[in-house]
Amino acid sequence: MDIFLQQIINGLVVGSVYALIALGYTMVYGILQLINFAHGEIVMIGAMVTITCINFLIGHNVNLPGPLLLALGLAMAIPVTMLLGYLIERIAYRPLRKAPRLAPLITAIGVSIVLQQAAMMIWGRNYRAFPAILPSDVVEFGGASITTLQIAIIALSIVLLIGLFLLIERTKMGRAMRATAQSPDVARLMGVNVNNIISLTFMIGSALGAVAGVLVAANYDQAHAYMGFMIGLKAFTAAVLGGIGNLGGAVLGGILLGLIESIGSGYLGDLTGGFLGSQYKDIFAFLVLILVLIFRPSGLMGERVAERA
Amino acid sequence: MTKVLLEISGIHKRFGGLHALNDVALTINQGEIYGLIGPNGAGKTTLFNVLTGLYQPDEGKFTFNGKDLFCQKPYIVVGSGIARTFQNIRLFANMSALENVMVGRHVRTKASVFGAIFRPPQVKNEEAAIRARAMELLEYVGIPHHAEELACNLSYGDQRRLEIARALATDPQLLALDEPAAGMNPKETEDLKELMQKIRNDGVTILLIEHDVKLMMGLCDRIAVLDYGKKIAEGRPEEVKSNPRVIEAYLGVAPE
Repeated sequence: MDIFLQQIINGLVVGSVYALIALGYTMVYGILQLINFAHGEIVMIGAMVTITCINFLIGHNVNLPGPLLLALGLAMAIPVTMLLGYLIERIAYRPLRKAPRLAPLITAIGVSIVLQQAAMMIWGRNYRAFPAILPSDVVEFGGASITTLQIAIIALSIVLLIGLFLLIERTKMGRAMRATAQSPDVARLMGVNVNNIISLTFMIGSALGAVAGVLVAANYDQAHAYMGFMIGLKAFTAAVLGGIGNLGGAVLGGILLGLIESIGSGYLGDLTGGFLGSQYKDIFAFLVLILVLIFRPSGLMGERVAERA
Repeated sequence: MTKVLLEISGIHKRFGGLHALNDVALTINQGEIYGLIGPNGAGKTTLFNVLTGLYQPDEGKFTFNGKDLFCQKPYIVVGSGIARTFQNIRLFANMSALENVMVGRHVRTKASVFGAIFRPPQVKNEEAAIRARAMELLEYVGIPHHAEELACNLSYGDQRRLEIARALATDPQLLALDEPAAGMNPKETEDLKELMQKIRNDGVTILLIEHDVKLMMGLCDRIAVLDYGKKIAEGRPEEVKSNPRVIEAYLGVAPE
């Protein structure tokens, strides 16, 4: 029972991070019907910039409490990733907006590789340790344990998710985003500057991605130039699982995927008689992707394709 | 005194080999209901798309209220006071009726990322004003009871009305309606006619595409006829109706 509870806790932590990243995929898809495969790299760069910034502050003997250092690092990383998200859309996707859908998809993969290589040139090819600035007190309950950091990850994710939903459901800007997603031409005729809304969508998604990247790096105590690839694919899987283009679906998909992966990997050894260990947990994400694509391509909360056409 | 509101001349629009608009000129006076008719494929909707900035014309002149709108972006055009509805209704299907109209206020209100996130009092006030105005417009077109329903769940006639309310939300001086009576029964058409007259009496000029000839004859002050991208006639409804070129375009040449 305690293993099960522990895996649920781990799953929720990982899942809430997947949810934050999946939102970036799904928001862009909702408006442009484009899979922004460079989003995973944004997540990685968010983590890298934060680590560099914190190390810089520590190196200059800035004595601040850990969470404040982290906040300063994020305050640096968020604008950087927002600018990057803006530039990616402006340079790589906007010129191809009227091109066949395969073209921007290939460009997206290209951008992703460029960013990965650039990150490797800047930060090197080795793992970067996440500075040990955060308290790692452990809370025990019911035979399972959760660190204060993990509690903070879940709490911060919830706050950001609520903030995003309020922005989209309750504000004029959110209304313009929803209108643009449903019909860009008509939104234009209502005076919505569609290009600005698209830029904004990339920037908001990138900011969420940066936070997610930092949370992942803090949780695993490390970051790496390649980290964006796998986490990006998993968050994409989460977005597809929930129904790509659907914000609520991205959150549901992220948390479900986190739980499936975590619980699955917890019992993988037992299931295969010790043949496969928990290091094979990635199997579950892609098994889910395959199953969803076969049995419910529109995802759990997705619209049927016919309705969109 | 009649004041010219919209004036276009020498407008050409080509799609590859198709000359969709060929040297089209027309003027619309303030306060009139101006009809645009013509056989299918004559270029009526293309002209609408040019007038609302969705298509960029290849050549010509386009002034509205003294302002040059040739090849301007849609949000500039709508900001200048031209709003439209669509032949095939294009509402934001998954938003409520009220929200659809609220989007229409976008062009008349400010928006900033800062305001959306921090919501200072003036943003909240503006949001309340947008909501109140949108509600007013739903009442104006006669569907206030559907405010919270999703646009896609409204009846066909009510969707048409909602589209008109959304267009009115942009505070237009010219309201361009693309076949608003299509698919309506006689009762709905009659109600729509009354609504259009009410809108005109409240000071909004109307440009109307419609196939319902009876409706057009009874409603329009002037009518222009397009055929194969060219304007072949213009004038008061009874003049147009008896114009031999118009009869020819609709029915073919009478055998001698």
